[in-house]
Amino acid sequence: MVLAVIEHVDGAPTMLSLEVLTMAARLARNMGVPLDAVAIGPKGAAARGILTSYQVGKLHLADDRRLAEYAPAAWAHTIAELADRVNPKVVIGTASDRGGEVMAHVAARMTLPLAANCTEIVPGDPFIVTRQRWGGSLLEEAHLKGAVKLLTLAPHALTAEASPNRTEVATQTFAPVLDDKDFRVRLIPQVEADSGKISLAQARVVIGGGRGVGSTEGFATLEELADLLGGAVGCSRVVTSLGWRPHSDQVGQTGTRIAPELYIACGISGAIQHMVGCRAAKHILAINTDPAAPIVAQADYAVIGDVQKVLSAVNAEIRRAKSGHKRMATEAPTA
Amino acid sequence: MPMNVLVCVKRVPATAGQITLTPDAQEIDTRYLGFTISPHEECAVEEAVRMIETHGGSSTVLTLGPEAAVDQLRDAMALGIERAILLETDGRDWDPVATAAAIVEAIEAGRAAGRSYDLVMFGNESADSAGYQVGVRVAGALDLPCVTGIKAIEIDQGRATVRRQTESGWETAEVSLPAVLTVKEGLNLPRYPSLPGRLKAKKKEIERITPQWQDGGLEKIRLKLPEQAEHKVEILGKSGDVGAELVEVFQRLRLL
Repeated sequence: MVLAVIEHVDGAPTMLSLEVLTMAARLARNMGVPLDAVAIGPKGAAARGILTSYQVGKLHLADDRRLAEYAPAAWAHTIAELADRVNPKVVIGTASDRGGEVMAHVAARMTLPLAANCTEIVPGDPFIVTRQRWGGSLLEEAHLKGAVKLLTLAPHALTAEASPNRTEVATQTFAPVLDDKDFRVRLIPQVEADSGKISLAQARVVIGGGRGVGSTEGFATLEELADLLGGAVGCSRVVTSLGWRPHSDQVGQTGTRIAPELYIACGISGAIQHMVGCRAAKHILAINTDPAAPIVAQADYAVIGDVQKVLSAVNAEIRRAKSGHKRMATEAPTA
Repeated sequence: MPMNVLVCVKRVPATAGQITLTPDAQEIDTRYLGFTISPHEECAVEEAVRMIETHGGSSTVLTLGPEAAVDQLRDAMALGIERAILLETDGRDWDPVATAAAIVEAIEAGRAAGRSYDLVMFGNESADSAGYQVGVRVAGALDLPCVTGIKAIEIDQGRATVRRQTESGWETAEVSLPAVLTVKEGLNLPRYPSLPGRLKAKKKEIERITPQWQDGGLEKIRLKLPEQAEHKVEILGKSGDVGAELVEVFQRLRLL
């Protein structure tokens, strides 16, 4: 059997979990084994409805009220104990922060290898997996051994596909025998007042600045463009290291991954660690003085020029367009 | 209360614009690259130095890698870490299981010799192989509590209060020490090494241990670069006056 670990919010599986189910269903079919799922946390039973479209035969639910809170070691203990009972050949989960953390605990507990952030999985003995290194700028083909193959699936390695053929999903509740020790770490959500700012991860347009912006003050033109377009300002790692912007603005492998309609990269050279963070942008516009900068080759649109000059011109043009005045033919270009 | 802190780091190539592989596709071609540690780990080193400045005690940096990884240990000592341990390898790959086992063995050997740690820190994941698990495995083997992905730490009276970011905000946990924490960049802004710091680090002794390699069950076959989709860039202009062209692009993408 293949066992898929479902991450969910009050019974609604996350997008990454639907991707895991899609991969798990393919694996189960290739291996000729059934597919089971496990959902831990409040209202896991409510996931059953959606699982009918993903070839799941059985949904396992853990009966222990202490699991309502997120305690990584306890959740992992629950999954490991379920694995002991039902003997899966594969346990696969998401590579989200929580999903990856839980699977690492499962692997430590079961003393088995774990392949994180897989994009392709070929069953056999051993499994051959393709997994992401360097945030996905490099791939590794690897052999994965172990009596149970433990895997996490890289985000968006495939598209989640609900099957038109619905299955009957049985539910089975089990009571794991958990230790107090499993609850030494409990993560308590902190509710924070909504700042009203558009978050980097959610913004439809992100204006990112690099060393070419010149200074902390230089970001004023980026802020202005963000206001005009209803977007958010981001930055490269060099900018946070220089102390020009807080780390929360950083786009990249060790910062935020963004997925806007348009990413405007201003004075950013385009190191691989940065490109990993904006790979999901639908379009990239690069503004850079250096036509040979790596970002230019990877952009859809580019302007070769000074960030401040270009942004001042475009900000003025947007204001003009917004105020309804047509650009007059007499306004000859000044540069 | 003085504390002993251990920080585990990994030597990785300082990649920039593009990755090139060796002809046998086993490694990144590093002929023209420098080496560094992962950004998350730079923050772990900085945090350890600050903790000892605040609470007293001593800090140790540890790495598993080839002789050349001494450079990364000295970099950490130049920032204020006092001691360094090299788990010396012959340069071949150690998977997460083997790496964690070697670190656990070194920590246990230290304990037997009278040095135990109140806190063991890792980066959340290494920049290169990114297994997302060594810290958790070490915590499991030592029976210590573990929190991953941390962006804020406060130590008080033998307890650590930690914060980490989620998609919708923050979450916190409180653990009693000893504990294992894996951290993320953004935890702090690491300092630059001073010249006296560098000179002092050069003279420091490095403890060496040669751990036994083991087959951990995850074995690299080869590396490959992801396929790049055929791509064309439209150059909109080569001077400052491209306002109208950009506005047109914004309108086409329905952003205006």
